[in-house]
Amino acid sequence: MKTFIAHFLIAFIGSYLYFKYGDPMVPYNAVWAVLVASFIMFLLWLTTPSYHRSYFHKLPRAISLIAFFLKELVVANFRVAYDILTPNYRMKPAVLAVPLSVTTDLEITMLATMITVTPGSLMIDVSADRKFIYMHTLYVKDNDVEAAKQEVKDGFERRILNLTR
Amino acid sequence: MFENINFLLIREIISSVLIIMGVIFMLIAAIGLLRFPDFYIRMSAITKGSTLGVGLILTGMGTYFNEPDILLKVLLIIGFTLLTSPVAAHVIGRTAVRNKIPFWERTDLEEFKDYLHKEHSTHRDHERDNKHL
Repeated sequence: MKTFIAHFLIAFIGSYLYFKYGDPMVPYNAVWAVLVASFIMFLLWLTTPSYHRSYFHKLPRAISLIAFFLKELVVANFRVAYDILTPNYRMKPAVLAVPLSVTTDLEITMLATMITVTPGSLMIDVSADRKFIYMHTLYVKDNDVEAAKQEVKDGFERRILNLTR
Repeated sequence: MFENINFLLIREIISSVLIIMGVIFMLIAAIGLLRFPDFYIRMSAITKGSTLGVGLILTGMGTYFNEPDILLKVLLIIGFTLLTSPVAAHVIGRTAVRNKIPFWERTDLEEFKDYLHKEHSTHRDHERDNKHL
C-alpha cells in the first residue's frame, strides 16, 4: 500500500511536470494526462520485483477487483431498475448469515462496503464473534439460500482474500 | 490525420449520453423509493441508484471539460461518494433493525431470528435503564 501511494504520487507529479515544463508531444487534455501517469506507474511497476515482490502480483489483482466491482455495480443496478419499472416484483428478499473467511478489520470493512454499494444487498451487522455477517439481499433464486451465499463468497470475498493475503 | 475530426462534437455526444444515463438511473431510483414495499428495499433502491447516477453525471462532466484538474476533482468526488454512502446506508439499516421496523412479509428471516431476538431483548433492557435514570 505504501509502495502504491509512493508510485501514485511520483506518477502524478511526473505527469504534471511533463505537461507544465516539458515539451509535450501530445495536446494537453485529460485523456493524455491519465495515459502519461499510467505509463509512469507501469514503468515503476516493472521495477518492483527487485525490492517489493508481492506488489508485483498484487496490482493486477487490485485492478481485477475494481473492474469486477464496477461490473457488479452496473449489472445489479440494471436488475433493480428492471424490477422497479415492471409491474410485478420478481424479488425474493431474505436476510442471510454469510460465514466469513476474512478476519481482519480492513478486510471485513472492504467486504461490507462493496456488498452495500452493490444494489439489492445491504449489510446489517457483523455478529459479535465475527464469524458471520448479516446481509439483506433482494434476489434469492428458487429459495436457494446456500447458492446466494456462495455467490458472495466466490465473488467479492475470494478476490479480497487474493489481494490481502 | 486527426485534423478533420470534430473532437468537440464527439466529446459532447459522449458526455450527453453519460449524463442522461445518470439522470435516468436517479429517476428510476426515485420511482423505486415510492413503489417498493418495505423500508429496507426502498433504501437499497435509493442509495445505490443515486451513487451510480452521481458517478455517471460527474464522469460525463469530466469528459465534457476534458482537463486534468477537473478530472482529478471528479475522481475525488466519486471516490468519496463510494466511501461514504454505504456507511450511511449501513448505519440507517442497523438503526431500523434496532427500532423494530418491520420487514416485508415475503422476506425470508429464517437465519436472522436469533439476532433479532437478541437485539430486541437488549434494546428493551436499554429502554428500562433509561427510564430508571
